[in-house]
Amino acid sequence: MEIRCHRVSGGRSAGKALVTREPISFLGTVDPDTGMVVDPGHELYGRSIGGKVLIFPEGKGSTVGSYVIYQLKKRGAAPAAMINLQSEPIVAVGAIISGIPLVDRVPEDLLSIEDGTEVVVDADEEVVRIEEPSA
Amino acid sequence: MHLTREEELIYQGEGGDTRRRSMEILVALGDIYGADRLIPVASTQIAGVSYKTLGEAGLEWISDLRGTVVVPSILNPAGMDLCRWQEMKIEEEFARHQLEVIEAYRRLGISPDCTCTPYNLRPDAARPGETLAWSESSAVSFANSVIGARTNREGGPSALAAALVGKTPRYGYHLDENRVPTHRVKVEAHLEGSDYGALGYLVGKIVGGGVPRFVFRQRPTRDELKSLGAALAASGSVALYYFDENVPPAQDEIEEIIVSPADVREVYEKNSADEDVDIVAIGCPHCSQKELERLADLLAGKKVHREFWICTARGIAERCPRLVEKIEGSGARIFCDSCMVVSPASELHRKMMVNSGKALAYIPGMCKIEAAFGTLEDCVRVAAERV
Repeated sequence: MEIRCHRVSGGRSAGKALVTREPISFLGTVDPDTGMVVDPGHELYGRSIGGKVLIFPEGKGSTVGSYVIYQLKKRGAAPAAMINLQSEPIVAVGAIISGIPLVDRVPEDLLSIEDGTEVVVDADEEVVRIEEPSA
Repeated sequence: MHLTREEELIYQGEGGDTRRRSMEILVALGDIYGADRLIPVASTQIAGVSYKTLGEAGLEWISDLRGTVVVPSILNPAGMDLCRWQEMKIEEEFARHQLEVIEAYRRLGISPDCTCTPYNLRPDAARPGETLAWSESSAVSFANSVIGARTNREGGPSALAAALVGKTPRYGYHLDENRVPTHRVKVEAHLEGSDYGALGYLVGKIVGGGVPRFVFRQRPTRDELKSLGAALAASGSVALYYFDENVPPAQDEIEEIIVSPADVREVYEKNSADEDVDIVAIGCPHCSQKELERLADLLAGKKVHREFWICTARGIAERCPRLVEKIEGSGARIFCDSCMVVSPASELHRKMMVNSGKALAYIPGMCKIEAAFGTLEDCVRVAAERV
């Protein structure tokens, strides 16, 4: 399945989906060295975002969150790509300075795909490809 | 957002990786806020300087950038006086990282002047009608409201991106429609000096991100407007206010706020100094030369018995060595490049007395110590009291 989207941060990357319906504040929620979600109040608590295609509605919280994303990238613990319903400045800037593909303006249905689904994010071509689950 | 051919080429990477990412930041923000195009900026002022807020990750990012800014660019205050940090009791490791931050910015062609009052240090940094990309909230307020230039409240990365590309997306306070007053504030008190900080502290909480139009009983000085704007931006998120007849008409009937003398007095009474005060700090925003002159007069013949910091821009202190000597003769210390809000040195104290509405709003949350508020004269009196 191919879904049109809008490029925020360029590049092309693929990985297994990690999906949440909750916004993410990178500062405080994600450990910048390991990529583990350490906020017990978050739906993704105890999961690692490293190497995943992280799908979430939007970012929130402190602007320092942009630098947390950069630190994740330098430690090899960043998501392979990110997809938002609507990007806001913290995640947008974080993805761009870190060179992580980020797209937004996707249909809300994308938040109901299964964790672990293979997803390709091609920000340059403004398209998201989702592998159909094998029957 | 529409990009010119030249901008499109930078976006596709022809100007190198740093410029491509800078352009991506500007385009992403432009898309988020509905800008139609990019417009050239005359100067930038970049936040994200104090290692306390930037941290290890932020330092890594700035150090990895390659390029040169294309418009005059200046920095926000750092976490310490870049020369006298030991006197502030800053730890060596912090100091090393802080100096690395400044060096990383300097390599990008950014002036290592660290101040929240670039308009005092370099009067040509902003002229009426110019488009800017400034970060520090009190500087933004001063540029929009007193100078008559136009800037949004930029984040560190977006101001740096504007510096490297020389442009900013056209939205927010760059547009006439967002510069009309939303509140009318009738000030029935006669105000002087720190009263303007108290007023900003009160009104910012009420108007949030609005555009207040003040009606005063007297004409405020430049330094008083600086304190007012700083407090408005700290207790609220005001980036623009009006203080005289030079004001665009409001679109609809707007809310009126009346500030009485008792309202202003209450800010002092609720935050009065007591025996817990172990430090007095002036210079939020950074002191002007006039304010240093006033301090030198007030401190003449006195000795201070509490820690007393006076924060200003290095360039201002260097312009008036005799004033510095007079002030420091009292035992007070003039620290440059930094301030009580962004320096971790504040955390080593118990209770800080300030004459700034902005510092009053930020000190408890950012430094985790108590704050007391008084006039400049009260601050000097408390500093000089025998403990």
